Amino acid sequence: MDNRKGILVCGEFAEAKLAPITIELLGLGRKLANELGEPLSVLLMGSKASGLTQETIAFGADNVYVADDALLDQYNSDGYTQIAANLCQQALPSIVLLGHTDVGMDLAPRLNARLGGGLAMDCLALSIDPATQLLASTRPVFGGNAHATMLAKSARPQMATVRPKTMPPAARDDSRQGQVLPVEGKVDPSAIKVKVVERTKEQVEGVKLEDAEVVVSGGRGIGGAQNFAMLRELANVLGGAVGATRPACDEGWVPVRLQVGQSGKVVSPKLYIAVALSGAMAHIAGCLGSKVIVAINKDKDANIFNVAHFGIVGDYKEILPALTAKLRELKSG
Amino acid sequence: MNTIVCVKQVLDPEIPPAKFKIDAEAKQVIPPAGVPPVISVYDERAVEAALRLKDKHKGKITALSMGSEKAADVIKHAIALGADDGFVLQDAAFENLDSFGTAYVLAKAIQKIGEYDLVLCGRQAADWGAGEVGSILAEILGIPVITLASEIQAQDKTLRVKRIVSDGFEVLEAPMPCLITVGSEIGLPRLPAGPRLMMARKKVIPIWRAQDIGAEPTKLDKQNAHTEVIGLSVPTRKTECEMITGATPADAAAHLAAKLSKLI
Repeated sequence: MDNRKGILVCGEFAEAKLAPITIELLGLGRKLANELGEPLSVLLMGSKASGLTQETIAFGADNVYVADDALLDQYNSDGYTQIAANLCQQALPSIVLLGHTDVGMDLAPRLNARLGGGLAMDCLALSIDPATQLLASTRPVFGGNAHATMLAKSARPQMATVRPKTMPPAARDDSRQGQVLPVEGKVDPSAIKVKVVERTKEQVEGVKLEDAEVVVSGGRGIGGAQNFAMLRELANVLGGAVGATRPACDEGWVPVRLQVGQSGKVVSPKLYIAVALSGAMAHIAGCLGSKVIVAINKDKDANIFNVAHFGIVGDYKEILPALTAKLRELKSG
Repeated sequence: MNTIVCVKQVLDPEIPPAKFKIDAEAKQVIPPAGVPPVISVYDERAVEAALRLKDKHKGKITALSMGSEKAADVIKHAIALGADDGFVLQDAAFENLDSFGTAYVLAKAIQKIGEYDLVLCGRQAADWGAGEVGSILAEILGIPVITLASEIQAQDKTLRVKRIVSDGFEVLEAPMPCLITVGSEIGLPRLPAGPRLMMARKKVIPIWRAQDIGAEPTKLDKQNAHTEVIGLSVPTRKTECEMITGATPADAAAHLAAKLSKLI
């Protein structure tokens, strides 16, 4: 008989702060745990984790597992896989949730490869299937053209990575009670085959794409690197950031880190201005959460107009300078 | 340096959304007529990564593809680009395998090939995009794995790999043999050279069946699938797009600016 029970969230934190995705996962996990009548646990890895245990309890965790080990202070695939897999084999959670982040994208498939569970990556919705009481995970497939819902009938644990900003953050309640449990065992240094030899933070000028309230994105129709200056100018006036489609990044017009879409960044600003991009599903998948989408495109039949709230059919080279100038005027006025 | 590249043939992900149709009952995508399948975008980058290493260090590149008999086309594509050899893994028992089944079949084929320093895969397939075959494959082969590489360098028996993360990049080192998954950050793939294209077209690509690679039937049994698709749908978002016009483009832009200034 299945003696697995409960939900385990693999937590992430940086500089003594829980990552937003972890607070979102705790909210989601709490909801699912209540539905199943099972406990919610969280795993925190690293020597600085113990300072965050009360906070994770306040956000909904019943149990906090702490792997206090300096070898886990920086993410490394082998160490994290080893510790998380050991805990899953001891605590036997029925469901394991991770963020679809740098860490989760690498750790989840490795962890699942070791545990032999059933994993769904980049999920947009999770629920408990009423008929089977199993985790039903919905994720984009075919570049966002379709959504598939998956179940793991017998493989355990049931695993999912959840796309950041798709779930509301957990409500904080500092009166909540929970227990803190140390994770037994340390990282075996000889098991770390892949070594991190350098980690460099790149300073981004202006607003970060993921955090921007306004994003101005360009596609293949922009035609060249220098033309992106026009988009940058508009973004500056609005205090926003510049994004791009995969083809525009592939051409080398802008750095890959500005790519919005299925394989790039997923953004949900208040305003998304899509310039000279046709609206391939793979791109739209990365900006569909935006409050308002504006499309500027020469082709009146471009797919982007199907998801936009406002549209102008025309040559962006004639439209953007006037738009930028007018917005600047309205702003100063 | 001997590299094995795993490539998958997929429905062209750049097709216009209007051509994209599914069979919700069968939970399958209906391939649109007249749109030929392509090599999965990230797998093409994996081939490119292999070729760049070969440019520098010589050696042999073998391409592997599990799929239909048509998958010979993606092997030929890899050969036209510069791969030396390739095999198609095709068997009724391989159809609709989940990530564990797929990784198992690839692992058996790689073990049959025998000697290798590096296995390369795309970060995820452009169709179902599970993004876990590479990690499971490495686990079965018992070799280290690095995901989402943007640059690979080899020196002696060590690989130095750059990987882009959200706020910068990191550099990792791993001993060979190793498995690396590749993203589009690695850069544009080269185009096939004319004479190689002709040669690749004529090449007969061997097909390996389950028995050729010694795959155990229980490992391919759909009853043992780790995940199952229970629903497939096309997301709909109906938005009324308000088209902004004007006497001139600048005029239309001014109208738009007036609307937007109320929003932000």
